[in-house]
Amino acid sequence: MKQTPQLIHRYLRSSKRFPHVWCPGCGIGILLGALVRAIDEGGYSKDDIMLVSGIGCSGRLPVYLDFNTLHTTHGRALTFATGIKLAKPHLKVIVVMGDGDASSIGGNHLIHSARRNIDITTIIVNNQIYGMTGGQASPTTPFGLATASSPYGHLEHPFDISKLVEAAGAVFVARSTVYHTKALDRVIGQALKKKGFSVVEVMAPCVTHFGKMTGMGSPVDMMRWQKDNAVPFEKAREMSAEELQNKIVTGVLVDIGKPTFHEEHARIWREVK
Amino acid sequence: MSTQTTPERVLLQGSEACVRGALAAGCRFYAGYPITPATEIMELMSRMLPQAGGVFIQMEDEIAGIGATIGGSLGGLKAMTATSGPGFSLMQEHISFAAMAEVPCVIVNVMRGGPSTGLPTRPMQGDVMQARWGAHGDHPILVVAPSSAYEFFDLTVKAFNLAERYRSPVIVLADEIVAHTRESVVLPPLAEIEIEDRVKPTVPPEWYSPYRDPGTGIPPMAAFGEGYRFHVTGLMHDINGFPTQRQDETQELMMRLFNKISKDFHLLQWYDSYYDEGAEITVIAYGSVARSALRAVKMARDKGLPVGLLKLKMLWPFMRRTVMQYLESSRKVIVAEMNMGQLSREVKRVNQGKCEVLTLNKIDGQMITPSEILAKVEEALA
Ligand SMILES: Cc1ncc(C[n+]2csc(CCOP(=O)(O)OP(=O)(O)O)c2C)c(N)n1
Ligand code: SF4
Ligand SMILES: [Mg+2]
Repeated sequence: MKQTPQLIHRYLRSSKRFPHVWCPGCGIGILLGALVRAIDEGGYSKDDIMLVSGIGCSGRLPVYLDFNTLHTTHGRALTFATGIKLAKPHLKVIVVMGDGDASSIGGNHLIHSARRNIDITTIIVNNQIYGMTGGQASPTTPFGLATASSPYGHLEHPFDISKLVEAAGAVFVARSTVYHTKALDRVIGQALKKKGFSVVEVMAPCVTHFGKMTGMGSPVDMMRWQKDNAVPFEKAREMSAEELQNKIVTGVLVDIGKPTFHEEHARIWREVK
Repeated sequence: MSTQTTPERVLLQGSEACVRGALAAGCRFYAGYPITPATEIMELMSRMLPQAGGVFIQMEDEIAGIGATIGGSLGGLKAMTATSGPGFSLMQEHISFAAMAEVPCVIVNVMRGGPSTGLPTRPMQGDVMQARWGAHGDHPILVVAPSSAYEFFDLTVKAFNLAERYRSPVIVLADEIVAHTRESVVLPPLAEIEIEDRVKPTVPPEWYSPYRDPGTGIPPMAAFGEGYRFHVTGLMHDINGFPTQRQDETQELMMRLFNKISKDFHLLQWYDSYYDEGAEITVIAYGSVARSALRAVKMARDKGLPVGLLKLKMLWPFMRRTVMQYLESSRKVIVAEMNMGQLSREVKRVNQGKCEVLTLNKIDGQMITPSEILAKVEEALA
């Protein structure tokens, strides 16, 4: 891993007025570091990176970085990103969304982008809660958890986002925690290199809301929890459902190939001209 | 795509004319979702755009359709989407985004019978106010309304020009009759069509502030991926596109958004008038109703009745100056529309007691006929 402080300053927007919006101990900043390291490692030019986000705490990530950046509407980042990718196919398009952003209001766009195999790398910050609006239940909130909008315990069952996008047709799917930074850097790097719709689900602690509601404690305690409860996909295959209760299954779940939308569109261009 | 150099007479459905207009204007990106009575526009685009080297994509819903359209425009292409009432409602959040982020794009809404699923294959004009006020937050909007296949061609070209000139979403508000009627159209030679393109920055990337007012109120617009790295957001932003809550900056941005269009109100009076010589009564209409109205006015003139027609081709911003002239010169005006009185409210608002404003409304999914308008005219003269 390169020296993050020096590296990050090469990619931060010096003109942007800091401080950033995130709470101390939030996992999103660690993701920002990982993303920068993976982009640097991949050797992409700043001009060729297009970073698009939705709305939420995670949606605030692009503004700090010196790339082409677009902050869209809640849940719809992938739709804008699709348009940009088709208009400017040379761009490496990366979309950052929250769990609510990606799988609740934007769930339709998520599954259809995967099905379409549009060449976009999607990073989903899963903190299992609506961070920005103050800790309401999201589609990944654990069953039974009392949140700001489920004071008597959450009555619904959570999505497994990685499995959802696998079923929808994503060609690369990986999950990591922000605690396992080396693995996180690595899977983001792999996702960026992948042609087609790639997804990295990043488990990131929201200390302010999820931490408080689960009684998990300090940011350090939440990190320790990630450390102690991560299980690689390979190992998880041999574990029972009970054993997997409250575990975070990590690693690369899907890595396949199929034609991308814009390659197919380019073929039509050649054929009809 | 045609590259004709002389005027061409063709039999076109309104939807086809719209697509031809879009392509002539330089549209190279379309994203949308099927809906009656706008589906023909999408289907034609799916065939013609790839032939012109453009991008066509069918999205998962209308929210995605306009989202991708905005993305295509941010990527430097002239972009459009088309829909009808239910889909138009879904698009409102992103129309607001396009207004705030100043992304040129064209949205065609072929109005059908409503509310809700209503009468999908029948005409109404129930979205006049939705086109103006449907999207959240206070912002100006540009809306044109064709009454014939030729105007659908012409106003689609002009809608792109407006979008590019003002960096604004522009709505082409058509109705089912205009979109589905097949009629003979004389298309101008391509070279004679006036085309406007967005102003691009000439400064080097380090100097570029994406929202700095160059004095015209309309900042030059770089495309993503061309070496200018900048930020675009729907949040209130400063001249660099970064979020701000500073009152001096929010005030400046909001006033610029309004003023960039209001400074040109005098250029945005798009109408045709007929038989206004000595007209005591003026019929005001737009869209397909203006066709019935013209026939009615001709019938009235044949009977020697002093009646004229004001056909509005731009609905928003409302053409206050033009309409006021007719309110001053006429004894009565009749606003005929296929709703319970949406545009007539505006006419009454600017009237201020100058003359009597009568309305002719129809909301059963049938067109307003010439004889119905003639009857209203005769009643008004009686
Ligand atoms: C259309 C719309 N609905 C609701 C909101 C309010 N809203 C803002 S962020 C958010 C949820 C954020 O949760 P998540 O997507 O998980 O992101 P996080 O803040 O946790 O990173 C909501 C509901 C909005 N901005 N737009
Ligand atoms: S509310 Fe939660 S997700 Fe949002 S910045 Fe704070 S800790 Fe992070
Ligand atoms: Mg969240």
